[in-house]
Amino acid sequence: MPAGAPELQAVVQDSSLVEALRAGDERAFLELVGRLHAGMVRFARGFVKSEAAAEDVVQDTWAAVLDGIDGFEGRSALRSWIYGILANLARSRAVRDARSIPVSALEPDDAEPAVDPSEFLPPSHPRWAGHWASYPTPWPEDALISEETLMVIREAIERLPPGQRAVMQFRDVEGWSSQEVCAALSLSEVNQRVLLHRARSRVRREIARHVGRRTP
Amino acid sequence: MSRALPSDLVCMVAVERLTDYLDGALPIEERTQFEEHLVTCPGCVIYLRQVRAQIAASAALGAPRPPAEEVKQKLLDLFRSSRGG
Repeated sequence: MPAGAPELQAVVQDSSLVEALRAGDERAFLELVGRLHAGMVRFARGFVKSEAAAEDVVQDTWAAVLDGIDGFEGRSALRSWIYGILANLARSRAVRDARSIPVSALEPDDAEPAVDPSEFLPPSHPRWAGHWASYPTPWPEDALISEETLMVIREAIERLPPGQRAVMQFRDVEGWSSQEVCAALSLSEVNQRVLLHRARSRVRREIARHVGRRTP
Repeated sequence: MSRALPSDLVCMVAVERLTDYLDGALPIEERTQFEEHLVTCPGCVIYLRQVRAQIAASAALGAPRPPAEEVKQKLLDLFRSSRGG
C-alpha cells in the first residue's frame, strides 16, 4: 500500500505519489491539489479573461491529468507535466475566447535593454558613459514586506506580457528551477532567462516608483 | 589583454547580466568581471540588493492556498470517477 500524502518536501516527481494516484489514493490527490491548484489558477489567469475562466481551465487540466496519469512516464517532474497540459489548455481557451494574446507569445520578441537606458549617462559622456546617471535610491529594509508593496508587485506581474508573466510567476512566485520552467513552457534556457530578466526589471521599476512615493 | 579591468564593464551592461549572474549562467570570465565591477560600483550593489529583495518578496505571493470547498469536492468526484469509482 502506498503511503497517503507524501511529505511536503518530497517533491511531486516522487514516483510514489504517481503510484498513489494510480491506486486511487484520495488523500494523495487532495494533497497534490492543495499544493498546486492556487498556483495553477494564478498561471491560467495570465491567459484568460476572468478568474472563473481560469478556474475552468484548471479543472479541465485536472481531468486531463487524471486521464493521462496511467501513461505518465516520469521523464519530467510531475508538476512540469501538469503545467505543460495547463499551458496548452489555457492557450486554446485564450484563442477560443479571442483574447488578444498571440498564441506563440511566450518567446521573447525584441532585444531592447530591460533596464531603462535613461538611468545611465549617455554615450556622449566624456568619462562615464554607460554608468549610473545617479545611483538607485536604496529601499528601506521593511519596504518590501508591507502588504501594500506586495500588492504593487502582484499587480505589476499581472500587467506583464504573457511570456514574462508566466516565467516570473514560476521562478519567483512559485520558486521553480529554470529547468522545470523550460520544460513546462517549452522554452530554451536562454529565452527563459531573457523573459525573466525583462520581467524582473519591469517589476523592479514599479516597486522603485512605489517606494519612492512612500519615502520622498 | 587577458585580464578584465573593472572599468571594462559599464553599469548599463552589468545590470543586463544580473539575471544570468544570479542563475549562475555567466561564463566564468564574465562572472569575474561582474564581481569585480560590484567591488567598485555602489550603484550596482544597490541594484543587486533590490532585485534580491524583490525576488524574496515575490515568493511571499506564492503561498499555497487550498481551493474552495466546492472545487475540492468537484475534483474529488472527478478523481473517484477517473479511478473507476
